[in-house]
Amino acid sequence: MTYRQPVLDTSPHVSDEVRKTTCYMCACRCGINVHMKGGKVAYIEGNRDHPVNKGVLCAKGSSGIMQVTAPSRLRAPLKRVGPRGSGEFQEISWEEAMTIATDWLAPLRKTAPEKLAFFTGRDQSQSFTSWWAQSYGTPNYAAHGGFCSVNMAAGGIYTMGGAFWEFGQPDWDHTKLFILFGVAEDHDSNPIKMGIGKIKTRGAKVVGINPIRSGYNAVADDWYGVTPGADGLMILAIIHELLKAGKVDLDYLAMWTNSAGLVNSEEGPEKGLLLRDSDGKMLVIDRTTGQPAPFDQKGVRPDLGAVWQGHRTVFQHMAEKYLSPDYAPEKVAARVGIAAERIKGLAAEIARVAFDEAIELQQPWTDFRGERHETMVGRPVSMHSMRGISAHSNGFQTARALHVLQILIGSVETPGGFRFKPPYPKPFDAHPVPHCKVTPGAPLDGPHLGYPRGPENLALKEDGSPARIDKAFSWENPLSAHGLMHMVISNAHAGVPYKIDTLLLYMANMAWNSTMNTRQVIEMLTDKGEDGEYVIPRIIYSDAYSSEMVAYADLILPDTTYLERHDCISLLDRPICEADGAADAIRWPVIEPDRDVRGFQSVMLDLGARLGLPGMVKDDGTPKYADYADYIVNHERRPGVGPLAGFRGNGDSFGRGAVNPDQLKRYIDNGGFAINHVPHEAQYYKPWNAGYQDWAVSIGLYDKPLPYLFSVYSEPMRRFQLAAEGHGTRQPPEHLRAQLKMAMDPLPAWYAPFGDAEAAEYPIHALTQRPMAMYHSWGTQNAWLRQIHGRNPLYLPTAIWKQHGFSDGDWARVTSPHGNITVPVALMAGLNEHTIWTWNAIGKRKGAWALDADAPEATKGFLLNHLIHELLPPKGDGLRWANSDPVTGQAAWFDLRVKIERVEPQEQTLPDFPVIKSPVPKAPRNRLWGGEK
Amino acid sequence: MHPAPSVIVFTVLSGLGFGFLAYLGLGLIAPTGLNAFLIYGLAYGFAVIGLAASTFHLGNPQRAWRAFTQWRTSWLSREGWTSVITLLVMAPVALMAIFVGFPSATLGYPGAAMALITVFCTSMIYAQLKTVPRWNHWTTPALFMAFALTGGAILSGMTDLAVALCVILAVLLVVGYALGDGRFVQRGSTMETATGLGRIGKVRLFEPPHTGTNYLMREMIHLVGRKHAARLRVISILFAAVLPALALLVLPASIATIGFAVALHLIGAFAARWLFFAEAEHVVGLYYGAR
Amino acid sequence: MTELPPKSKKKLGLVIDLDICVGCHACVTSCKGWNTENYGVPLSDMDAYGADPSGTFLNRVHSFEVQPPAGPAQTIHFPKSCLHCEDAPCVTVCPTGASYKRAEDGIVLVNESACIGCGLCAWACPYGARELDQAAGVMKKCTLCVDRIYNQNLPEVDRVPACVRTCPANARHFGDLGDPDSAVSVMVAERGGMDLMPELGTKPINKYLPPRLKDRPAAKPVTAIADIEATGIAGWLDRLLEKF
Ligand SMILES: Nc1nc2c(c(=O)[nH]1)N[C@H]1C(S)=C(S)[C@@H](COP(=O)(O)OP(=O)(O)OC[C@H]3O[C@@H](n4cnc5c(=O)[nH]c(N)nc54)[C@H](O)[C@@H]3O)O[C@H]1N2
Ligand SMILES: Nc1nc2c(c(=O)[nH]1)N[C@H]1C(S)=C(S)[C@@H](COP(=O)(O)OP(=O)(O)OC[C@H]3O[C@@H](n4cnc5c(=O)[nH]c(N)nc54)[C@H](O)[C@@H]3O)O[C@H]1N2
Ligand code: SF4
Ligand code: SF4
Ligand code: SF4
Ligand code: SF4
Ligand code: SF4
Ligand SMILES: [Mo]
Repeated sequence: MTYRQPVLDTSPHVSDEVRKTTCYMCACRCGINVHMKGGKVAYIEGNRDHPVNKGVLCAKGSSGIMQVTAPSRLRAPLKRVGPRGSGEFQEISWEEAMTIATDWLAPLRKTAPEKLAFFTGRDQSQSFTSWWAQSYGTPNYAAHGGFCSVNMAAGGIYTMGGAFWEFGQPDWDHTKLFILFGVAEDHDSNPIKMGIGKIKTRGAKVVGINPIRSGYNAVADDWYGVTPGADGLMILAIIHELLKAGKVDLDYLAMWTNSAGLVNSEEGPEKGLLLRDSDGKMLVIDRTTGQPAPFDQKGVRPDLGAVWQGHRTVFQHMAEKYLSPDYAPEKVAARVGIAAERIKGLAAEIARVAFDEAIELQQPWTDFRGERHETMVGRPVSMHSMRGISAHSNGFQTARALHVLQILIGSVETPGGFRFKPPYPKPFDAHPVPHCKVTPGAPLDGPHLGYPRGPENLALKEDGSPARIDKAFSWENPLSAHGLMHMVISNAHAGVPYKIDTLLLYMANMAWNSTMNTRQVIEMLTDKGEDGEYVIPRIIYSDAYSSEMVAYADLILPDTTYLERHDCISLLDRPICEADGAADAIRWPVIEPDRDVRGFQSVMLDLGARLGLPGMVKDDGTPKYADYADYIVNHERRPGVGPLAGFRGNGDSFGRGAVNPDQLKRYIDNGGFAINHVPHEAQYYKPWNAGYQDWAVSIGLYDKPLPYLFSVYSEPMRRFQLAAEGHGTRQPPEHLRAQLKMAMDPLPAWYAPFGDAEAAEYPIHALTQRPMAMYHSWGTQNAWLRQIHGRNPLYLPTAIWKQHGFSDGDWARVTSPHGNITVPVALMAGLNEHTIWTWNAIGKRKGAWALDADAPEATKGFLLNHLIHELLPPKGDGLRWANSDPVTGQAAWFDLRVKIERVEPQEQTLPDFPVIKSPVPKAPRNRLWGGEK
Repeated sequence: MHPAPSVIVFTVLSGLGFGFLAYLGLGLIAPTGLNAFLIYGLAYGFAVIGLAASTFHLGNPQRAWRAFTQWRTSWLSREGWTSVITLLVMAPVALMAIFVGFPSATLGYPGAAMALITVFCTSMIYAQLKTVPRWNHWTTPALFMAFALTGGAILSGMTDLAVALCVILAVLLVVGYALGDGRFVQRGSTMETATGLGRIGKVRLFEPPHTGTNYLMREMIHLVGRKHAARLRVISILFAAVLPALALLVLPASIATIGFAVALHLIGAFAARWLFFAEAEHVVGLYYGAR
Repeated sequence: MTELPPKSKKKLGLVIDLDICVGCHACVTSCKGWNTENYGVPLSDMDAYGADPSGTFLNRVHSFEVQPPAGPAQTIHFPKSCLHCEDAPCVTVCPTGASYKRAEDGIVLVNESACIGCGLCAWACPYGARELDQAAGVMKKCTLCVDRIYNQNLPEVDRVPACVRTCPANARHFGDLGDPDSAVSVMVAERGGMDLMPELGTKPINKYLPPRLKDRPAAKPVTAIADIEATGIAGWLDRLLEKF
């Protein structure tokens, strides 16, 4: 009998139309093809032409359809009618909402603009929101970088004029050894996965350094289960080994870094700064003449071993420091949690690949000194890291140590190493300095955030007290380049350094997973003064969904979802560039909202116009921009330079060019992005490559070429140390002098993370990791993703599991110096034996996110945040020290120390909070038709 | 496997019904008239209720007729055919017994054969599954047949045969439980073979693919407590075989005694069948760390 | 129909590289997305926002830990969908003929309009590759994206399964495993591609590439250029810079 089978149509209709825009479920910002059927979103896939993701998508991006149809979407502006935290709201019109906001903000601007604090969370429009805040005139603006990884960003920028984050990438095509420090997911989510896939497919080696062996560390060929907070020590031990064996790139150090700079040895206010000529150029000793010469002189051959009039080179200081037996692998092994033999082995492997397997590209280039080079030499060892290093109180110094390691082997901006993405490289001194001068009724005197060169750039008031509500750029954390979002609510509540009136928050779930010490923050938000008024009088919040934070605001400005609005991912803040191209992108409304919601940026332009903010109104006082789309196209920061670089002028210009009214259409036709490729001869050695510098000027990244040397030795840091030693007019308070002297070491140093002070009673390190399939709190409303991560166990290593006699199904009570939680546990063998961990932000508040109150996220899920505090436990000196990096103010999430005890299986995790009333209707029970219902 | 009430009712009652029908077809009891109506009605009742129950777990019972199409390969399809044929073939037998006064041996013998084949087919639905090692064994058809024959014999009031079959059933149950416990290991599927990772070392589940449940876990991963299972095993043997035999031996032969013995037997049969499902481990559990 | 067809020459399937799967679940949701809109009834999610959400997925990613005799435990992310077995027990048990293996390329499919939802095929599958949709009552399984791989309405590069197209790490490969010269067959040969539960005789078409050797012994340490304790930093520096 012949085989019969049904007749199948293997070419069914796929979609009516494909609309290309940009994903928003994380900061990676991949290009997406949105397939439309019957006017609705049918299916989302990656855009193959897109520079970021080249067609692939992650789990979140692929389930965007469940995000734009989530029942938790807010429906209209909300005015609070019950007490804060009750969740009782009344839906109001936009006109009423805008009137309320204007009535609150207009008088403040006239009298005391600093009483508005505007902080943004997962903001992808920072160049716009910061411009708005500057125009309003408040010094109190920042985005979320202070939570995140300012250590990584600032450590990178101060050391080498660029950072990891999404601002740089390993040379995936050439690298032979990739070393990953402490990354679970990162912002560059898809490129990292693509890169790891690429190098592993090629058979090259991936090394994972992480207390936890999951995700990227699971595929790592070699895993080093470091004890948290000790990477700096391990890196310095590797540097010790490399120096000992002379396995460093002397030529690179001499030519492209300040290693040959001469450190002033004379006692006094200049001690420890680098010698400069009368033009302010760093001096080196030229090997050919033996005489001092400016570093950028043509033909100069800087001498790393020079001693001139008693001043020794940076290189000698460095060698002296790191060759000390204090950094010998044997000495550090115990604290690092890795055997000396393995640390040495890793150092040897780095040396072998960097020097024995060096590569050479036949690509001539010319350096900034005017010398031509016939080839590009590559040291194919690449490194990457993020919050594993960053989110510790010694994170800035550790980040510097890591970059110095990369620099020592000559692997930054060389083939096979680490490459910057435009607009980087950009040295710290090409960035603005912070501004904080308030003039009622007028804009701020300049941009809020920046890179201080020394104490003179701190954001302090006349009386020396912090000018900003988050105390950024104060002596407590001088280089806090991204602000300190995690301190805003507690400082505002304490009225220190001063009281504020209105807190305007955008896209940050501050009443839940993005604060330390969640319960107390909730109390601060609801706390009333003796007058019966809330201590933080007014809170305006923009969210698109029914998050925990919504319940704690007085006025809610409901945003659209990412497929319903215009957006611009701009070269002015965090663009989508790749190492070989400058690129930016847009979002555009591929569907129209079916609710009374508006894009936040358009709302802010409207509000700005109502407040008459400069730049947002015409001379006659009418609004300058109809909406955000209008702004994206027509706004100019500098003549010819606007939010979008692509298709300027008549449509052919990139970077610089007149406003093009057709610009958005051109972006849409091009798949939602624009890219301009770096010329071949400019692909590597970018900070010193004349070809790159010229290209960067041509597209408006800089106004003139900006070649510079890497700062192995950091002079800005030394300037703060000098102040702490008593030099200069701006002096730190007495209690901070010792901390500054220690933390502002101009050569990378390691000190124990502050959490270690509690080690005796709380021996265990507790960490969180990003799940790849969830974005912070907001993936939970996605019915597909919440099936993957609907609850989170606390993972324990075998040693702790056995020691306490845990078995499957058990729960534990975990206690830190600040509180305790009771949670379910599970075993993980591939885990540092002093470390426990859980997935981040899975636990949810009952009543939020349009979930049933008995959702597993709320009954079995939990946050570690209840154990963390924005302040360190009292030390008995009468002061409360911040749980932050003393250099940048980076929140030290991962310094957490705990102890653990076994408890019987429970039904409910603790702490358990009362149900909040949902501002949106109950969700339908079942999802039967994908996006159609 | 999940001990779904519908499949338990299906296999127990249809087994009992078809077992009873076999005795009727063979003419080992030959009721007539109203008696025949009641007795055949009882046999048909068990069989039909059982078959009907089997459709409760279908996602689309309205298409159940399609289950007849694949008799060449599918035991479920075969079971469909044989059960319908049995019921059809036995119908004239029953009608003759009721209205004519004697059953038809010409149709009765084939009917009896078909009834037993039906029970065999039912058992093969489970016994064929390599994925459930405990079932994938001769004890499965043996037990299904033994249950059908024992239940039928009790219903038929054939005390001696019933007692003898009770003994056989009890022995088979003991053997089935004993052999069943080792089947999974004998089959050789482990987390190491399931993942192919045994070449590296010992495998354990770190994270399941999702934190909630899914169809597979509900359907195929069911864990019974050891103590609970042991208790039920004893109950099943006692009630399915030992107590009915004792009842038949001790109590005076009567309809009431038969009814009592059948009731005891059914309790045991349900317990045994619940365990049959509940103790059966599907290899898919290996992917969920359930072993 | 439920009989297996004569063995086809073309054997389409997936090759999954366990050495580089990072466990991101992208293949899980892209599969869900595509198959909710395409082949057969949409994949439902019951109690989607409630206490016990449970939906139909055709591809799921498990995570295992493996403890080698020496060295630290290894974590391995393990995606799993239908393996399109050559001797597919799920097909032969099906009473309705709804389950079938395509004669031309070996893809195992369910003809949903003939499926009664008895679940037997899911019981017969060792790999947990079939899930009965709780709303529609029909059996769902990986279709190998049969409605993509031949689809004339898609550009040729996109005629690959949704999960393969989306995988960021490039851990999933699609091709003809019946052709020994195909890229996937070559990969399987070079990397020792393996079958899951070979003892059950299902002869899966999909192959898994095993993780490469991990945690190799530490490399030999570098040797110092000078005895720093003896020569001091100055001696070390001389030695270092003399070759510069
Ligand atoms: N899917 C997804 N992607 C995201 C996000 C998300 O929520 N979901 N969030 C985005 C945001 S805002 C951020 S900031 C980035 C963060 O991206 P990541 O930097 O990847 O941040 P985490 O997930 O916190 O992972 C921190 C990692 O560091 C390790 N670690 C902790 N302490 C140490 C240590 O002392 N040493 C070493 N070597 N490792 C350590 C932890 O084990 C963990 O693997 O991710 C972004 N991308
Ligand atoms: N324990 C622990 N806590 C941590 C961390 C950790 O590693 N461990 N990581 C910290 C870090 S690095 C970060 S960045 C923070 C992140 O924490 P948050 O910045 O609070 O991030 P989300 O939870 O994603 O909250 C963002 C809010 O934006 C809303 N939203 C989503 N889409 C839109 C939109 O289109 N428009 C508007 N207006 N709103 C929208 C969401 O509904 C949600 O309420 O968490 C911090 N908290
Ligand atoms: S990594 Fe995922 S969530 Fe982030 S932008 Fe890309 S596809 Fe979207
Ligand atoms: S994996 Fe399962 S469903 Fe797929 S062909 Fe094999 S037995 Fe059938
Ligand atoms: S569930 Fe459907 S496909 Fe599976 S065996 Fe039953 S009828 Fe066949
Ligand atoms: S081939 Fe298609 S149906 Fe199968 S797992 Fe991949 S995406 Fe899902
Ligand atoms: S998409 Fe690729 S890397 Fe991610 S889980 Fe699936 S197979 Fe693994
Ligand atoms: Mo972050």
